[in-house]
Amino acid sequence: MFDFLEDYDLLGAFWTTVQLAVLSAVGSLIWGTLLAAMRVGPVPLMRGFGTAYVNIVRNIPLTVIILFTSLGLNQSLGITLGASDFETINFRLAVLGLILYTSAFVCEALRSGINTVPVGQAEAARAIGLSFGQVLSLVVLPQAFRSSVVPLANVLIALIKNTTVAAAIGVAEAALLMKEMIENEAQLLLISAVIAFGFVVLTLPTGLILGWVGKKVAVKR
Amino acid sequence: MSSVLYDAQGPRAKRRNVVFTVVFLAALAVLLWWVFSTLKDKGQLEWALWKPFFTGSEAWTTYIWPGLENTLKAAALAMVIALPLGAALGIARLSDHVWVRVPAAVVVEFFRAIPVLVLMIFGLALFAEYTNVSSDDRPLYAVVTGLVLYNASVLAEIVRAGILSLPKGQAEAAMAIGLRKNQLMRLVLLPQAVTAMLPAIVSQLVVILKDTALGGAVLTFPELLASANTMSGYYGANVIASFTVVAVIYIALNFALTSFASWLERRLRRGKKSTGAVLKVDDAQVAGAAGTGAGGGV
Repeated sequence: MFDFLEDYDLLGAFWTTVQLAVLSAVGSLIWGTLLAAMRVGPVPLMRGFGTAYVNIVRNIPLTVIILFTSLGLNQSLGITLGASDFETINFRLAVLGLILYTSAFVCEALRSGINTVPVGQAEAARAIGLSFGQVLSLVVLPQAFRSSVVPLANVLIALIKNTTVAAAIGVAEAALLMKEMIENEAQLLLISAVIAFGFVVLTLPTGLILGWVGKKVAVKR
Repeated sequence: MSSVLYDAQGPRAKRRNVVFTVVFLAALAVLLWWVFSTLKDKGQLEWALWKPFFTGSEAWTTYIWPGLENTLKAAALAMVIALPLGAALGIARLSDHVWVRVPAAVVVEFFRAIPVLVLMIFGLALFAEYTNVSSDDRPLYAVVTGLVLYNASVLAEIVRAGILSLPKGQAEAAMAIGLRKNQLMRLVLLPQAVTAMLPAIVSQLVVILKDTALGGAVLTFPELLASANTMSGYYGANVIASFTVVAVIYIALNFALTSFASWLERRLRRGKKSTGAVLKVDDAQVAGAAGTGAGGGV
């Protein structure tokens, strides 16, 4: 019943999915943190840029962004991101698209974390004479990160699921393999069940573990 | 201007801000100049490539409008079917009977854990194999099926969070005056919960609208993004121009919906008649029990 699976690189496809997710997660955590810093910082121009970026990127479908990286950036403008073969280029473009999109949500998750810190905390810190850097690093951010764990976990889960959009530009990940298998084999339900199981295995434990961690580290108020 | 993070600023901080502003402005200018010169080098700024969108209505009537119509049709269908289904699932998850509660929970958690695209691909093959839906209609059916399965389970969580967000006294008072369980839900909890969830539901509509684009890219569903593709072929590879126009349309639509959602949220929070329970737009995802919230709004 399962022998047809041996003709396909199922693990390889899910490995690509995991790679896409991990690389994009790291990238969007960095870019998203920078955006969040801009959005909550005291410089009006940076605040404006952060707000504009988040509002624009959040409202464009990820599919449009990913397709644009391939058709627009690569084919029209000749950007290759330092890769030479077709597969690597598309993989890197997909990661770029995922980072650009996901960082808007990372920014919002972090900002919601910062907003949960009561103003009194920072005021008390200033009252005992801490400098801006100390207020930020010793008092506000440690609390903010702890209450951002659950929203960030939600973003990560969404990111894992969003990696399937890379199928639109031919990255050989799980959804593309599913499409190929359905076209070649008459085993629709079985194939779908296997792919669905793969994603459940990736997303459900992530949610459970990070949800538990989030509850554990959250600041009780 | 002060916030949790910084105080009202003195002269030194103000000077520092000016320096930051200038440096950031320079960086932005360099970036914009780079984008502009790359576009110019590759001939993407030629007027001929942008002309179809600004002169004449052909591009709009043959490509963009029909595409937009399909996008809106799929989104509306998905919303109309997913909403009652989601409400039913959400209420079922709160049932007193284990044999109702557990299956509903399994269905909701399962479909939230799977990418919409996988559900759409499954739907397409399902309709091809087991039904006689014509091959022209199949992509629409598949897109709507995928969106309904996924969003019904997300909406179920929103409904559940909405009902749980109501003050306990509401249910207790209703039971004290002798209402049945079904009356309690129908007359007391649901009407108040619906107001509390409205903002979250509207922002879920944004997610649905954005996800229709998957149908265009992978399932040959002729919606807005797909029409951008055909359009750029027809007008001589004006990919940049077509995508810009389409992206602006998506941004305008979704921004209007997002703003409507936050306006609704503010208004409901202010209202005196409600119980004061308003789900924040992001709350519904966070409120998922046991932290399995599968990232609804992203």
